[in-house]
Amino acid sequence: MKDFAYVSAQDVATAVRAIAEPGAKFLGGGTNLVDLMRQNIERPDTVIDITRLPLDRVEELPDGGVRIGALVRNSHLAAHRVIRTRYPMLAQAILTGASGQLRNMATVGGNVLQRTRCPYFADLAARCNKREPGAGCDAIGGFNRNAAIFGASDSCVATHPSDMCVALAALDATIELESVRGVRRLPLVGFHMLPGDSPQHETAIAADELITAIELPELPVAARSRYRKVRDRASYAFALVSVAAALEVRDGVITEARLALGGVAARPWRAHAAERALMGGPATEERFRLAADAELEGAVAQSQNAFKIELAGRAITATLRQLQVEGSAA
Amino acid sequence: MTYVGQPVDRLDGTAKVTGEARYSAEYPYPNMAYAALVHSTIARGRITRIDSATARKTPGVLAVITHENAPPMKPAPKMTPMDLSTLATGTTVNYLNTDEVHWNGQPIAVVVAETLEAAREAAHLVEVEYAEFPAVLDFAAEEGNATPQKNSLISEGGAKKGDPDAALAAAPFSLDLRYTTPGHNHNAIEPHSTTAFWDKDRLILHEGSQNIAWTQGHLAVRFDVPKENIRVISPFVGGAFGGKTMVWPGTVLTVLAAKVTGRPVRLMLTREGVNRTVGGRTPSIQRVAIGAEAGGSMTALIHTSITQNGKVGGGPEQVTSQTRHLYDAANLQVQQNLVELDTIANTVMRAPGESIGSFALEATVDELAYKLGMDPIELRARNEPARNPIDGKAFAHRMLLECYEVGAKEFGWGERSPEPGSMRDGKWLIGMGVASAYHPAWQFQANVTVRLSADGTVLVRCGFHEMGMGAATAQAQIAADALGVPLGAITVEYGDTALPTGPGAGGSGQTASIAASLITACEKLRRSVFSVARKTPGSPLRGRRFADVRAKDGGLYDGSRGESYQEILRRADRASIEAQVGSDTRLGEITGQVRFMSKFLMDRRRWVKAACGAQFCEVRVDSDTGEIRISRWLGVFDVGKVINAKTAASQLRGGIVMGIGMALAEETLVDPRNGRIMNAGLAEYHVPVHADIPSIDIRYLDDPDPTMPLGLLGIGEVGIVGVAGAIANAVYHATGKRVRDLPITLDKLL
Ligand SMILES: Cc1cc2nc3c(=O)[nH]c(=O)nc-3n(C[C@H](O)[C@H](O)[C@H](O)COP(=O)(O)OP(=O)(O)OC[C@H]3O[C@@H](n4cnc5c(N)ncnc54)[C@H](O)[C@@H]3O)c2cc1C
Ligand code: SF4
Repeated sequence: MKDFAYVSAQDVATAVRAIAEPGAKFLGGGTNLVDLMRQNIERPDTVIDITRLPLDRVEELPDGGVRIGALVRNSHLAAHRVIRTRYPMLAQAILTGASGQLRNMATVGGNVLQRTRCPYFADLAARCNKREPGAGCDAIGGFNRNAAIFGASDSCVATHPSDMCVALAALDATIELESVRGVRRLPLVGFHMLPGDSPQHETAIAADELITAIELPELPVAARSRYRKVRDRASYAFALVSVAAALEVRDGVITEARLALGGVAARPWRAHAAERALMGGPATEERFRLAADAELEGAVAQSQNAFKIELAGRAITATLRQLQVEGSAA
Repeated sequence: MTYVGQPVDRLDGTAKVTGEARYSAEYPYPNMAYAALVHSTIARGRITRIDSATARKTPGVLAVITHENAPPMKPAPKMTPMDLSTLATGTTVNYLNTDEVHWNGQPIAVVVAETLEAAREAAHLVEVEYAEFPAVLDFAAEEGNATPQKNSLISEGGAKKGDPDAALAAAPFSLDLRYTTPGHNHNAIEPHSTTAFWDKDRLILHEGSQNIAWTQGHLAVRFDVPKENIRVISPFVGGAFGGKTMVWPGTVLTVLAAKVTGRPVRLMLTREGVNRTVGGRTPSIQRVAIGAEAGGSMTALIHTSITQNGKVGGGPEQVTSQTRHLYDAANLQVQQNLVELDTIANTVMRAPGESIGSFALEATVDELAYKLGMDPIELRARNEPARNPIDGKAFAHRMLLECYEVGAKEFGWGERSPEPGSMRDGKWLIGMGVASAYHPAWQFQANVTVRLSADGTVLVRCGFHEMGMGAATAQAQIAADALGVPLGAITVEYGDTALPTGPGAGGSGQTASIAASLITACEKLRRSVFSVARKTPGSPLRGRRFADVRAKDGGLYDGSRGESYQEILRRADRASIEAQVGSDTRLGEITGQVRFMSKFLMDRRRWVKAACGAQFCEVRVDSDTGEIRISRWLGVFDVGKVINAKTAASQLRGGIVMGIGMALAEETLVDPRNGRIMNAGLAEYHVPVHADIPSIDIRYLDDPDPTMPLGLLGIGEVGIVGVAGAIANAVYHATGKRVRDLPITLDKLL
């Protein structure tokens, strides 16, 4: 690891001024950044510790929404009463991620900006367009069992690994960003970018911006929601496929549906096609499967991950069925 | 026996949980320097340029050692059965004494610095260019180039009885199946660590090792110093499982770095470093074919395997070993074959051979049971041999069917409905499976001294290895019983080449090997103490016969006449009395070696000695996603006499946990395009987590093997054998799908 300067920012103004210097990086929980520094994937000159910023609260807003400070630890967010009762899929998504120790460290902002787990990205000996634009992509034709089935390109097939973000995508969350230039808000859906021919551009954040908060809208349908993560071992593994789902059913008819998938793309994948296929239909197994198929029509497999398309279909169907039968209890 | 068999707490437990136990990277030295390795990024070729100018400028760097400036080392020794330390060669590459690259990840430079951080940063800054050569890297593609393994004194490549091909063709029921298992990497909790210090031409080495004598012998050759000049200290090893048996490059290069810098040097490999520089378990391709009659009796059994060696070392694995011993097939053939790749040498890993070989064999037997419409335990009973199937030798001890009997009852095997997919709990498909465990019993040479002091304490000294299994505790129990003293009176010294040479921790043979010598040494000691007492004026033992005397209550007594060891030694004015078995003089070593080899060969002519067991498991498979959860486990073992009920159960349970990993998760991903391991870390290389492991019930029959010391059979490895087979069989029972390729991941069930 390269020697670096360490700065602890006590307020947002100092933090955004400090990040404007070249070679500076924010340090949240450090559970991703420090690993990448050890692997020499990230080599910042200055690390700005933002964990003392006063952005560590979860607040209910007058308009019925919820504002989550960017430095709220993943564990705290998952345990928060408002999240557990009004947005259970979000609490569940976080609790399926990483381990207890990591969640105690990990921050909401850091979780949104965590990097891909593509093995070639993490190995400097490999070719990777994301690390080094134009170098090539060793995952194509290599180990890509956990690569994307949506939105991949010839230059990159990596996925975004976050569980939390999948729920945030389903919940229509908003990200608040701040820099010396001011404050702006972006929808989380679309914040992460598909690789196209520039996989090095991963999100819409500018190099000098700080994530200050995530906001959830008031969303009654979310009270009946679930997160289902399918992975290679019972815990402490990234998703092969995950599903965040919310469903409102009246007299057997689906009146509202929210669906997002994880482990399938460079962004948390909001399943609009499936949502459309569900709306107004009967809350039956056939309809759930039909909706899954509608979404997966556009899926494309790499050499080792064709199973994910089948798995995603089954996981969507099973999650909706379970939601319908058992409600949101995890 | 007061202590043998009891669930005695491990003696080093407190030291470990309080952090007092010191591991190899925790020895402080004044003036310590830290090392980091630079690894090759190609599989085969030559280094054409290595530029360490930038690296050297990193503040705190003391040396960047490459093939351009490294002092010469002697090449690795040639193997000879007269000096078993010649088996310790990890790979045959003479690190940093060559510009050649033989595997992707080979260390090509070592950086030494004042701090660990500086060393690692400078290692990153070393620039390397290569001329690449073509390399053989794809194990699966090499299948056609496999050559049969030859028979040697220690390991047999193949054997045949009758005409299995003809019998297979003629059999009314037959199966001929292909299995594949991936490579596995060693990932003990303690990464390989070395602290090395040269005091002029004497080397002190702190090294997590399973064989300190081999390490000492190997380094003596490499650094051209007499063995006596090297002291290897290794009282605590943070897990090893075979990965710390051979001498790997990190060790050699730390010693080299200490020599170059004249400083004590510490190298703790990164997790990636362990994966790149320590060999792992070979992948395998296996064929199992069985012919049987309608009644179940096997007429033909064929088991062949292909495994890989590195071109720079590694050895065959006894993949077909259990197939020589488990089923009474009229016609039988086993044959192991090898391919050579431009990869790191493979190495031993818990039950090398049997762990993966039993998967293929036991899954096929299960499949045969279904084909015959017979219960798989019944099928095994019908093929249980009275003598060793391949050659008719006698079994020293064999209670496999008793294991199944106990297991079936405890596990509720009778409640299983055999039809695949017939047992269900909501969305979960439930399956139950069984498989046999089998592991040969080994015994090696062990030199031991036992000293009784006037204060009544006993010191047992033997350079053996404690990797966490409770080895020292078991020996303390044995010595306490043999001398009739309280456990607290015994101190055991181990893990140091300054002690009498102990056996390596391998082949599940350490405990039996030390026990044999320790029992003899204690007997000698009793005799010596008695003869001292008998001659001492005033001793109540005067005039007694040794045959009538018992060691008990901390002394020697003939009935109620006798006295404590303290009194005997005090009366005789002796500070201590010592007994010894084996000798570390040159002559002693050679005699010991000859005695060991002749006993080994004689024993092998007469007996087949092994531990065995029956593995029972229940799995639940998610009918939507194919996710597999193990819900229940019972292992019933015939491991002879158990010395410590607690640590023995832990060993067997640990073997099962590791087997669950092998069945469901572990897989080294070697990119066939460049031979590079792509999951060289624990986030990507999956071992089971707690949530994957159910409570594991362990039973053992506790019936002594009359041919082994105290009747004990080794327990380090038998626990992993059969685990993958039992799981594969249970998964079939749950889902109706046969997965013949490990690990059994959910995508294979969709
Ligand atoms: C072994 C392991 C297993 C894991 N398993 C899972 C899993 O199953 N599911 C899952 O979802 N995640 C998993 N994770 C990832 C984990 O969730 C992330 O590492 C964590 O959420 C990152 O948060 P952090 O605060 O530690 O980020 P950091 O490491 O501190 O930062 C990550 C990045 O975000 C930037 N950053 C941080 N905060 C801000 C901010 N407020 N504004 C702007 N930039 C910012 C940093 O500069 C850095 O680039 C795992 C991680 C590990 C190590
Ligand atoms: S998939 Fe993307 S991250 Fe992975 S190697 Fe290719 S370019 Fe890099």
